[in-house]
Amino acid sequence: MYRYDQYDQSIVEARVAEFRDQTARRLSGALTEDQFKPLRLTNGLYLQLHAYMLRVAIPYGTLSGRQMRMLAHIARKYDRDYGHFTTRQNIQYNWIKLEDAPDILAELATVEMHAIQTSGNCIRNISSDQYAGVSADEVADPRPWAELLRQWSSFHPEFSYLPRKFKIAVIASPEDRAAMRLHDIGIELVQRDGVVGARVFAGGGMGRTPMVAPEIRDFVPESDLISYVEAALRVYNRYGRRDNKYKARIKILVHELGADEYRRQVEEEFAAMKQLGLDPPTAELDRIRGYFADPAYESGLPDSVDRSDPAFALWIDQNVKAHKQPGYAIVNISLKPAGGIPGDASSAQIDLVADLAERYSMDELRVTHAQNLVLPYVRKADLFAIWQALDDVGLAEANLDLISDIIACPGLDYCSLANARSITVAQKIANRFADPARQRDLGELKLKISGCINACGHHHAGHIGILGVDRKGVENYQLSLGGSGAEDASLGAITGPGFDENGIVDAVEKVTDIYVRERTAGERFLDTYRRIGMKPFKEALYG
Amino acid sequence: MVDFLSFRDDEPGQEPAVTFEAFAGQTNATAVRIEPGDDARALLPSLDRISLVEVNFPVFGDGRGYSAARILREAGYTGELRAVGDVLVDQIVAMRRCGFDSFRPDHPFDQTAVDAALARYADVYQKTVDGRAPVWAKRHPETTHG
Ligand code: SF4
Repeated sequence: MYRYDQYDQSIVEARVAEFRDQTARRLSGALTEDQFKPLRLTNGLYLQLHAYMLRVAIPYGTLSGRQMRMLAHIARKYDRDYGHFTTRQNIQYNWIKLEDAPDILAELATVEMHAIQTSGNCIRNISSDQYAGVSADEVADPRPWAELLRQWSSFHPEFSYLPRKFKIAVIASPEDRAAMRLHDIGIELVQRDGVVGARVFAGGGMGRTPMVAPEIRDFVPESDLISYVEAALRVYNRYGRRDNKYKARIKILVHELGADEYRRQVEEEFAAMKQLGLDPPTAELDRIRGYFADPAYESGLPDSVDRSDPAFALWIDQNVKAHKQPGYAIVNISLKPAGGIPGDASSAQIDLVADLAERYSMDELRVTHAQNLVLPYVRKADLFAIWQALDDVGLAEANLDLISDIIACPGLDYCSLANARSITVAQKIANRFADPARQRDLGELKLKISGCINACGHHHAGHIGILGVDRKGVENYQLSLGGSGAEDASLGAITGPGFDENGIVDAVEKVTDIYVRERTAGERFLDTYRRIGMKPFKEALYG
Repeated sequence: MVDFLSFRDDEPGQEPAVTFEAFAGQTNATAVRIEPGDDARALLPSLDRISLVEVNFPVFGDGRGYSAARILREAGYTGELRAVGDVLVDQIVAMRRCGFDSFRPDHPFDQTAVDAALARYADVYQKTVDGRAPVWAKRHPETTHG
C-alpha cells in the first residue's frame, strides 16, 4: 500500500488547519452560509436533510487495518455508530456536527486519510478495480497510476472550479469491475510492444443523460500521462457548458462536439502542454510502484479447502474469487445482509473487518463500487476461520452479484435531492427474494436503485435498474432493463410506465419470471434480455 | 482591508483595460480585459504590446479564468495578470499558482486572511507556471529537469 512521505503528510495537515480556520470563521459568523458552502463542499461536507454528511476519501478503495479502525472510531465517536460505504469506494457519515468536522479531519490525518475533493466541482477521488494487484487478468497494477493521478489532482490550481464534478477511474484488466466507461475519464492500462500505457476514454457518466465514454486515445505512454490528462481537463474547463448544471458534465461536451472534435482539441492542447515539463520523471511512478509490490506470499500452500460445512461451501462458491497466487483467495464481504441497508456497516463490523485484514490479509482491504468489502490476500487455509468470524457479526451473506446484492443510493431517507426512497425498496426486494436457493438459481443479476435522476445508485448500469421519480407528489418507480457497467457497458432501457413501492417489487419478480422461462443453459439475465429483447418483459408487465 | 493586492515590483497598470473585442481593433491599446468566454489564445500574437491583462470573474465558481491565466503565462507573457471581480481570499493561492500577480476583488480582502492563506501550503503537487517545485521534483532532485 502507498504510504505518505513528509510532503503528503504536510499537505494533508495544512488542509486540516485551513478547514479548522474556515469552520471557526463560519461558527463565529464571519462567513455566511453562502460563503462557507463552497469551502465546506470541497472538503466533502454536505448539509443534508437532517444533519451534515461528511464523505471521507478512500483512494482507489484501498485501505489498511489501521485506517479501517479509524473509520470505526469516527462512527463511534462522532456519528451514530455506523458508516455508509458508497459507490465511489468512499465512506460517508450521515450525522456529523459542523463543530466536530475539523477534529474528524485531524484524526483522519493521523492515519494518512482525508476528505479532500470528495465533493464540489473538482476532480474527485480516483476509483479503481477492487481486485487490483491480485487478479490474474491484469496487465499491471492500476493503483500506482491512480496514486499518481491522486497527487496530481489534489488541489489542482486550474481545475478547482470546473463546470461540474469530475470522476476518473483506472483499471488494468479486460474485465471491467469498476464501471470505467461510465466515468468522466476512464483509463484502461494496456500493453503495447511490451510497454504499459493508458487507453483513454472520455465523456461517460450516469445522471439524467447517461453515456458510455468513447475512446479518445488508444495509447498514452507513462511519460505523457499527466500532460495528456491535463490537456483533456483544460479543454473541458474552457468549453464545458456552464449555463445549465444538468448539461455541464464532460459527457455533454464530448457528445455535442463529437468524440473526433474533442479528441482533436485535446491533441492540440497536449502538443502545447507536452513542452512544459509537467510530467513527473518516470522515477516518481517507479517510487510509487514500490509501495504496491507483491507482498511476501508463502509458497507451497494447499489449494484444497474442506467444504464439508454446506453453508461455508455456498459462501465460498459465491463470495470467494480466484487469486493470481496459488494457495490464496480473494474474499468478498457482502454489506447486503437480508433486510439491511446496502453499504452500511456498524463500528463493530468495521472493527472486525479491520482485525481480519490485519490477521489474514496482509493488513489490507478494499471497498468496491458495489458497496462491498474485499480481503485481497487470504490464504485458502484461513477461509473457514474468516467465514466464522464474519458470520458472528452478520457479514457472511453469500450473495455477491446476486439479486439481493443491491446497489442503492441513500435516497429520501437522507438525501435532500431525492424523489423517493431507495433503501426501503431495496429491502423489500431482498425480502421477496429471501430464499438463497432462488437467488442462486437466478444467478448473476445486478440490481441498482437511485432515488432521483442524479443516478448515484447507478440504475442505468443495472441489469435491472430502478429510478425513483416524483409523480404528482407520490413516490413512483421506473424500471429499466439491460444496463451494464462492465466491459460490455450498456445503458438500461425503460420498460414503460412506473410503479408504486409494492408494484415495483412485483414488477421485478415478473421480470425474473420471464428470464427463468426464456433462458437457455448458462445464460445470465442480461444475456437473455439481450437475446430476446424488451417485448416479452413488457408483455408480462403491462400486457 | 485590502481592495488591491499586487505581487509585482513595478507599478500597477493604470491604463483602462479595453474589452477583448475592442482590443483587436485598437493597435495602441496595452491593457485588455477578458471575460470567461473569451479565448485567451487569441491574445498570444499581441503579447509583446500588452502590459496588463485583467481576467474577470463574474462569479467565483466560473473557473475558466484559471485556464486563461495559465495559457498566457505558458506562452511567455510576463506583464501584469490581474484577477478582478468575484474573487475570494480562499482562491488566491490557486490563482497565484496559475500566474495571477495582482488582484482587485469586488469585496476587499482581510490582510490577515491573505497572509494566512499564502503561508499555508508549503508543498504543492503540480508543476505550473509559478516556478514552485512540485513535490515530485523534491523527491527526485537528480532526474528533474527545469
Ligand atoms: S441519486 Fe438522487 S436521491 Fe440518490 S443519493 Fe443521488 S442525489 Fe440523492
